[in-house]
Amino acid sequence: MPLAIETIELTKDYSVGFWRQRSRRALDRLSLQMEAGEVFGFLGPNGAGKTTTLKLLLQLVFPTSGEARILGRPPGDLSAKRRLGYLPENPYFYDYLTAEELLTYFGGLLGLRAADRRQRVSKLLDEVGIGSERHLQLRKFSKGMLQRVGIAQALLNEPDLVILDEPMSGLDPLGRRDVRALILRLRDRGCSVFFSSHVLSDAEALCSRVAILSKGRLVASGRLSDMLAFSVRGWELVVADVRDDVLAAIATRVSRAVPLGGGRFELEVPMATPPEKLLADLTATGARLVSLNPIRETLEDFFIERVKQPS
Amino acid sequence: MRTLGWIAINGFRESVRDKVLYSLVAFAILLMGTSYVLGQLTAGQDLKIMKDLGLSSIAIFGLFMAVFIGIGLVSKEVERRSIYGLLAKPVRRHEILLGKFAGLALTLTVNIAVMTLALYAVLAYVGWGENQFARQAREVPALDPALLKAVALILVQLMMVTAIALFFSTFSTPILSAGLTFGVYIAGYFSQDLRNFDQVVNSRAAQVLARGLYYVLPNLSPFDVTSQVVHGLPVTARYMAVTIAYGVVYIAMLLIAGATIFSRRDFK
Repeated sequence: MPLAIETIELTKDYSVGFWRQRSRRALDRLSLQMEAGEVFGFLGPNGAGKTTTLKLLLQLVFPTSGEARILGRPPGDLSAKRRLGYLPENPYFYDYLTAEELLTYFGGLLGLRAADRRQRVSKLLDEVGIGSERHLQLRKFSKGMLQRVGIAQALLNEPDLVILDEPMSGLDPLGRRDVRALILRLRDRGCSVFFSSHVLSDAEALCSRVAILSKGRLVASGRLSDMLAFSVRGWELVVADVRDDVLAAIATRVSRAVPLGGGRFELEVPMATPPEKLLADLTATGARLVSLNPIRETLEDFFIERVKQPS
Repeated sequence: MRTLGWIAINGFRESVRDKVLYSLVAFAILLMGTSYVLGQLTAGQDLKIMKDLGLSSIAIFGLFMAVFIGIGLVSKEVERRSIYGLLAKPVRRHEILLGKFAGLALTLTVNIAVMTLALYAVLAYVGWGENQFARQAREVPALDPALLKAVALILVQLMMVTAIALFFSTFSTPILSAGLTFGVYIAGYFSQDLRNFDQVVNSRAAQVLARGLYYVLPNLSPFDVTSQVVHGLPVTARYMAVTIAYGVVYIAMLLIAGATIFSRRDFK
């Protein structure tokens, strides 16, 4: 499988300070690979180095050491850029242009022919839901509308790889749902999607693989299924008609008992307690089973655990 | 080349949608109009005054346009981060700089053409109201085509100023770029003094420094032929060609230097 993105020991130091300049490492020997056709989540807290990585991939900044390749070419290569779409974080575009003028301008830079350009601009503006505002200057757009324009311009060239920096930022719940659907549509047509996000539930729902960055370093990378599949950390048991004396008797065997009303209780059962045995004991006293579910480790748990680890 | 054209047209569109530009052009035209009143106060010198004031207005308001739009072209892209979206497209960094320059050059050309037309309109109005004797008594006609020579040199000079502003904005803040550009513009009028500095001072270091500055700073005084044109003195085709060629070479060198810096810059 060809690689959509590859970085090898990619490092970036910035100079900080005015009189006495010091070096601050924003990214430390990042090596990662993203295969073509996958949706890859790039996660990390603020200041982890996510945006710096994206800037290095787009040659907005130059690496201190190491190297990066996009679609098999070095960053900045024009042939790779023709196959690339990019949505910056909190995008700002020329506010004196209308949405249609902006997309026409970018279409021209992408070398699209006039007829193709007109057709794609019109189709994309409708697709992202701002077709009726196409003649409005961007200075009159809300943050969410600008985000939609940003998404449209990133897809103008029907790219093989899309890099999205915080694509859900500024969007309302409907907008987020639309973007999630769009990412899945891109994946279905074979487009690789690399996106950075703070919203872990989005990454969990969309990504086949993720990388977690903390303080400029890669702390975890791999398939979500490998990271989370076997991490069942307990059971959630909901039972009804439990007597108070029975509840007191099993108190040492559960980590938590939460009354749900109507005589129901939610019991959090640790891994050390076999749920079958506990359930058998409860039903023997007249209690009824409502539901039994495994408590799996979420990406959020995994993320917090990895990010908190000392570097 | 196509990329450059798109960037230039967008730069032109940015300038013409800027209300400040219209204010500057309107003010320049207003000043030309008031030169008619000033001209009436001087016996027999009205047309000279009007031409002098008109050409000076074109030069001064053109200078404000060149500096304030020139320093903003790149710095606004960087500050507002629109450069991120632009650089993700198949565009080379030097094409951005050259496209921006071409866009502003086009803006300046259009605006100076408008101001020149306004000047000729005022002169035509005055000439139309004159009697035959007054017209014959003049050394220089009201609608003197030689004015276009002065305007052409002002335009080239303003393009040099644009290139200077663009060069400074590739590595410094807008305010510093504006200060440096105005500084270089003023120093450009004293270039001849720097050349003769070695006859004034004895210090070898000062002489070398003055000579170095003479070669680095632009020589802008040859671009000002207003007084020759107003007084009907000849401005030869050779003079025009050499002066314009100097301007073009200076612009090219500034753009190459600016593009080199811009190509290596980190956009944090």
